[in-house]
Amino acid sequence: MNRQTHRTERGGRIDRSAPLAFTFDGVRYEGYRGDTLASALLANGVRLAGRSFKYHRPRGIFAAGGEEPNALVRIGEGARAEPNIKATQVELYDGLTARSQNRWPSLELDVGELGNVASWLLPAGFYYKTFMWPGSWWRFYEHFIRKAAGLGRAPVEPDPDHYDRRYAFCDVLVVGGGPAGLMAALTAARSGARVIIADDAPALGDSLLASTASIDGGDPMGFVSRIGEELASCPNLRVLGRTTAFGYYDDNMIVAVERRADHVPAPPAHCPRQRTWWIRAREVVLATGAIERPLPFEDNDLPGVMLASAARTYALRYGVRLAGRAVVFTNNDSAYEAIEPVLDAGTDVIAVVDAREGGPGGDALALLQRFEIELIPGSVVMRAIGRTVEGVEVRSLSSDGASVGDASRRMPCDFVFVSGGWSPTVHLFSQSRGRLRFDEERAAFVPEEGAPRERGGRERSAGAARGLVRLSECLADGIAAGADAARAAGFEAEAEPPCPAVQEWEDCAPVRALWAVPLPSWRHGKRFVDLQNDVTVADIELAVREGYTSVEHLKRYTTLGMGTDQGRTSNVNGLAVLAATLGAGIPAVGTTTFRPPYSPVALGAVAGREVGIDQTPIRRTPMHDWHAARGASFVTVGPWMRAQCYPHPGESMMDAINREARQVRRSAGIVDVSTLGKIEVRGRDAGEFLHRVYINRIRNLRVGRCRYAFMLREDGFVLDDGTVTRIRDDEYYLTTGTGHAAVVMAHLERYAQIVWPDLDVHLTSVTDQWAGAAVAGPRSRDLLAAACDGADVSDAALPFMGCKDATVAGAPVRIIRMTFSGERAFEVHCPADYGVHVWEALLAAGEPFDVMPYGTEALGVLRIEKGHVVPNELDGRTIPADFGFDRMEKDEDFIGRRSLERFRVGGRKRKTFAGLVSENGDAIPRGGHLVWNPTAPRPMRMFGHVTSSCYSPSLERHIALALIEDAADWKGRVLYAASPLTSSFVPVRITDHVFIDPENRRPKG
Amino acid sequence: MMLITCPWCGPRAHVEFTYGGDATVARPAAPDAVTAEAWLDHVYLRDNPRGPHDEWWQHTSGCRSWIKVRRDTWTHRVHGSGPPEANLGGDEHR
Amino acid sequence: MRYSIFSLARNALSRHRRWPRAWRSPEPKPEYDVVIVGGGGHGLAAAYYLAKLHGITRVAVLEKGWLGGGNTGRNTTIVRSNYLLEPNAHFYEHSLKLWEGLAHDLNYNVMFSQRAVVNLTHTDAQIDASRRRGNAMRLNGIDAEWLSLGEVQAMIPLLDCSPNARFPINGGLVQRRGGTARHDAVAWGFARGADARGVDIIQNCEVTGIRRDGARVVGVETTRGYIGAKKVGIAVAGNSSRLAAMAGIRLPMESHVLQAAVTEPLKPAIHTVVTSGAAHVYISQTDKGEILMGGSLDFYNSYAQRGNLPALEHVIQGAISLFPFLSRLRLMRTWGGVMDMTMDGSPILGKLPVEGLYIDGGWCYGGFKATPGAGWCHAWTIANDEPHPLNAAFRLDRFHRGEILDEKGAGASPQAH
Repeated sequence: MNRQTHRTERGGRIDRSAPLAFTFDGVRYEGYRGDTLASALLANGVRLAGRSFKYHRPRGIFAAGGEEPNALVRIGEGARAEPNIKATQVELYDGLTARSQNRWPSLELDVGELGNVASWLLPAGFYYKTFMWPGSWWRFYEHFIRKAAGLGRAPVEPDPDHYDRRYAFCDVLVVGGGPAGLMAALTAARSGARVIIADDAPALGDSLLASTASIDGGDPMGFVSRIGEELASCPNLRVLGRTTAFGYYDDNMIVAVERRADHVPAPPAHCPRQRTWWIRAREVVLATGAIERPLPFEDNDLPGVMLASAARTYALRYGVRLAGRAVVFTNNDSAYEAIEPVLDAGTDVIAVVDAREGGPGGDALALLQRFEIELIPGSVVMRAIGRTVEGVEVRSLSSDGASVGDASRRMPCDFVFVSGGWSPTVHLFSQSRGRLRFDEERAAFVPEEGAPRERGGRERSAGAARGLVRLSECLADGIAAGADAARAAGFEAEAEPPCPAVQEWEDCAPVRALWAVPLPSWRHGKRFVDLQNDVTVADIELAVREGYTSVEHLKRYTTLGMGTDQGRTSNVNGLAVLAATLGAGIPAVGTTTFRPPYSPVALGAVAGREVGIDQTPIRRTPMHDWHAARGASFVTVGPWMRAQCYPHPGESMMDAINREARQVRRSAGIVDVSTLGKIEVRGRDAGEFLHRVYINRIRNLRVGRCRYAFMLREDGFVLDDGTVTRIRDDEYYLTTGTGHAAVVMAHLERYAQIVWPDLDVHLTSVTDQWAGAAVAGPRSRDLLAAACDGADVSDAALPFMGCKDATVAGAPVRIIRMTFSGERAFEVHCPADYGVHVWEALLAAGEPFDVMPYGTEALGVLRIEKGHVVPNELDGRTIPADFGFDRMEKDEDFIGRRSLERFRVGGRKRKTFAGLVSENGDAIPRGGHLVWNPTAPRPMRMFGHVTSSCYSPSLERHIALALIEDAADWKGRVLYAASPLTSSFVPVRITDHVFIDPENRRPKG
Repeated sequence: MMLITCPWCGPRAHVEFTYGGDATVARPAAPDAVTAEAWLDHVYLRDNPRGPHDEWWQHTSGCRSWIKVRRDTWTHRVHGSGPPEANLGGDEHR
Repeated sequence: MRYSIFSLARNALSRHRRWPRAWRSPEPKPEYDVVIVGGGGHGLAAAYYLAKLHGITRVAVLEKGWLGGGNTGRNTTIVRSNYLLEPNAHFYEHSLKLWEGLAHDLNYNVMFSQRAVVNLTHTDAQIDASRRRGNAMRLNGIDAEWLSLGEVQAMIPLLDCSPNARFPINGGLVQRRGGTARHDAVAWGFARGADARGVDIIQNCEVTGIRRDGARVVGVETTRGYIGAKKVGIAVAGNSSRLAAMAGIRLPMESHVLQAAVTEPLKPAIHTVVTSGAAHVYISQTDKGEILMGGSLDFYNSYAQRGNLPALEHVIQGAISLFPFLSRLRLMRTWGGVMDMTMDGSPILGKLPVEGLYIDGGWCYGGFKATPGAGWCHAWTIANDEPHPLNAAFRLDRFHRGEILDEKGAGASPQAH
């Protein structure tokens, strides 16, 4: 095992008493609790952490936070493997395994680096200009392009972990646990407001955990502990650690993901791996901090080049010794704050190259003098030298910043700590439609303050997120923002917390804007702006040259900022280089819009629990278990499971279906129809209302009678066919198709509440309250008479389309005499809890009459034989006249009536309803189309299509229903039902759509 | 996630509601009295403004009431809501 | 300069400093024969085909922002022609054929990749509907094949084909000629091609009014002044209603936001385009390695180009249910586009009731794959002042005539399509 060769003797917020073992690319290393994978790798002297996307250039750890562009690794193995994780964001745990990505065969030796050799042929957008010849070869080229692209490898097994969701409401949400966020939360909490503070780190403090300032006379970590304790003691405040707010949505809905178990090898039992918080906040404080920018110079991507703030963080917070000599390259004072910590940790800082002619402010200067470090002002690092950094080339920078001097100086070194200034983290602000403004003085995009809130959420930015740099300012700004947010939410603090006294550098010089180190025309080294996607200054210049000058074109053409780091360290430099190339100002170029997520979030966390089998609830009828116990197979109909058929042991499904269908025609069958939509309509005007809803006359429907009826959409097409039964003067009972219950209910409610609010109508969905069983067959009345506790079910007492209340085995039932099968039949509805009881009683009573349960398949066969329609026919494109149901249309207003007129005045021919009989004994293909000659050249004319098809056990032949143009003319003639997909072409004779009992005697008898 | 105030239940997330389209389109009170064209215009044509828009929402996961909401289609900001007969204010907001 | 491996190599010698602009940036002229409003793929394609096929080169394309900044750059890049209804089938098939030769025609690699589009089925009813559609495709001369469950699994190994799924997959309809293309490249390629033929492409020029002389269009008011035009074609999907309103026309459509998302880039895992009507998701993997997914609308009128999380959450739930391995992958970018959702789910492409005014809009979810076909038909319609047979059915008055093209049978509720 490697032993933390690059760890300091003491210091850092790591627990040296808790060593942790981990592996990287199979090599065992050791780190401490409190480390990130990145800090632990650095502590072991690992310099190479990944390969870049396009050129496969070797890369080291560049940053210390979520802005890391280089060190992407795959964490874990097997089903728990997770690719593309930033090593800087992985909390180390014992046994962690990590692997580098996007390299083959190994990180040190990567064949893909050939791309770097050929990079002169691969400028931005090269693929738009080539791979076009020969035309058919693109798939071939693409195969290799796809293999070379991508970063990590996805796990292939299903995710073993689960994810959770919570909703939360608060008066003030503070995003960020740094100096401004802590003070904002504390201030708001003291006012009595309900506060949530979300911070993506495991512990509060953020930049305070790697600060050289002193607060209230002590070190910043002590200050953080004190504030943390007070926050923990506030009953009205919740701290969400390891929680990243990633999306800012309408009306102050902020969605955050909490990593509950990513810092352990596997979640403990019953613990979700991650939890998504949907937080509705009255007011929001965005204390999201700022990100340090790099400075693009030649080969600025070599391992060893690192952000100055990262160097400081690794030294102070993690006790990492970046062993060797370092050159600091900066355009602002903040980089100087890294010097003392890294010196303490054992790095030899040999010089500071400062782009500013005047160098830094007095405090930083004093520091250099104290440690006798050379200052090279008005200069730039021109180039990093080596495969990993072995030295730098330094030149002077002209006062206009556009060129470098001729004299060059080489300095051997192992690290370059760079700082190009700071960019406020404005992503969430921008997501809430806040506008950004370019602040020339700070050389950064900052939130535009006082911007109209018309489009924005109710949020304010605080601290570094607002462009503030000094710690004292950030703390004070946090207090002000917390108070402001609480006040806006209706809470007035009695006493705001006093602003802590901060000792920090006072004498600072302003930043000098430097977006890329200028390059003499004869030099061609790569100056990387986007490290992950290998976008260089030259790429941006090429894009501009070719006219891709809008920011969005630039992004899309060069892929600038499109990587997994989402352009954290590249966007602003890229924009500025674009502006400079165009000769325009940065504000004129503008920025891109930021969209969720702020940082990548596991899909599983967004999905929550509604995945796989739990994607949608399963609906089962009250009799479901009975069916299952009798060996029924089930079919999915929308959310429902319906019994499809009940095969006997050894019986094929086809045989079972035929047996069940025959049984109904011969004696009696019983089928579960509980899934039908059921709606109760009550009120003085219920009849009038339904009269307007259905195409049929409903006003004249008598109590105790039922009607088969159609309702249309307002555009004239059929919405649903169902039944209307009048229970009482002012009460009706409707049934709808299984799949239409919700749509019909909303449709009726819409008309009742919006269009005809004057009608006294009350609608109640009772689908779940009623179970239903249909008893069908010649013996169905005998069965019913035996089951109904002596009720009179004779033709006189219960005629066709009649309804009556009765009891079955003591349970109340509503019997409606109607038919779907074409046989004499009764629907027996009962309260859902009696479903099984009634079902079993009906079966018991039917035993002498040879009753048998049948499923949806036999039901389908029976209704096809009878020519009844279902959604196969009523597919949303059909009108009543297509089926001859226009005879039901009354000559009064009903929904959709006037839209039907246009179909009577010419226009395209409509298909109408017909039956088909197979001429050669083959099954008529479902989904087939009716053609004259299936061997004709294509495209060929289709006269119609098969809507439903089955084998008819009654007719002993294959039949089908169809919609055909000029159906009447085709009657008796033969067409082909063509299904090229299944290579089935069956001659079919066009017939009437009713195959059995065309006089309709059986149901009425 | 938008916040829509149901006049009966109070402010609720928009996912509790089902959208029902333009509320300025009214079904002719006497369909037979309008021309065929006017009828079909009512069925098919919409102003579809970018900006304030009066629209129907049904509180399907709540009280099931249809309500009228004035919402900006450009900013998603909800300006007001009420029962179906509510007049949500001046004509400049359709 | 022609693009090729040779010109790339030649330019490499000069460090890529000699590449010309892909298109000029001209000042608008006072008058054009044709002004196309909208510099997305559709508008640029119309201009390209006007110049190339109809010899009309006094053409300007006016774009309010940047080329391809609307739905061209905000879609899921799927190209297919698997439609049931004949007018749709023939139109989209024509478009697909144009796609097949587009990179060569434009000399710009639009990366049209015929990686196949698989439409999964989960229930018996869906099998019937898919077969009906697939059979119609075949009889219309379009490729389609039925895949058994085993064939689906073999083609898409990481798909959950187990019977334990909530909606177990039971087969699929595949169009092997379908696939994906690089969306931005389509806009840029057409822009470059049109520009080379003399078309003026004018960005940052928003049309604020349409000027008429009686029943005839005479020009457009823009943020860069008045521009005369004998004919004006509107290709601004998402904003069609607003443009039509400038000419006093109401359209049968609403604008809705549709979201899409990508994960972080990964090595190849999904090789085809996979769609599921039941879960209402469509998934593919881009050449860059990102898993790209889209689904349903947010279901409320919107011009905002951004949606809310619940709609996306639903898409992701569907995606993970199909591909359980996706759960640990991470969502990297989301975006929203504004769709012209028509009253029957099919486009409106043809003449408007003002002389000299044409529209190419109403594409609902399907605008990207239509790009070359729509531009081609739009150009034909403008040049001949009457629709081509391929787009004759997409006429505006079809609603009043009852000749609805409703693939889903969902009716006059735009969000339902």
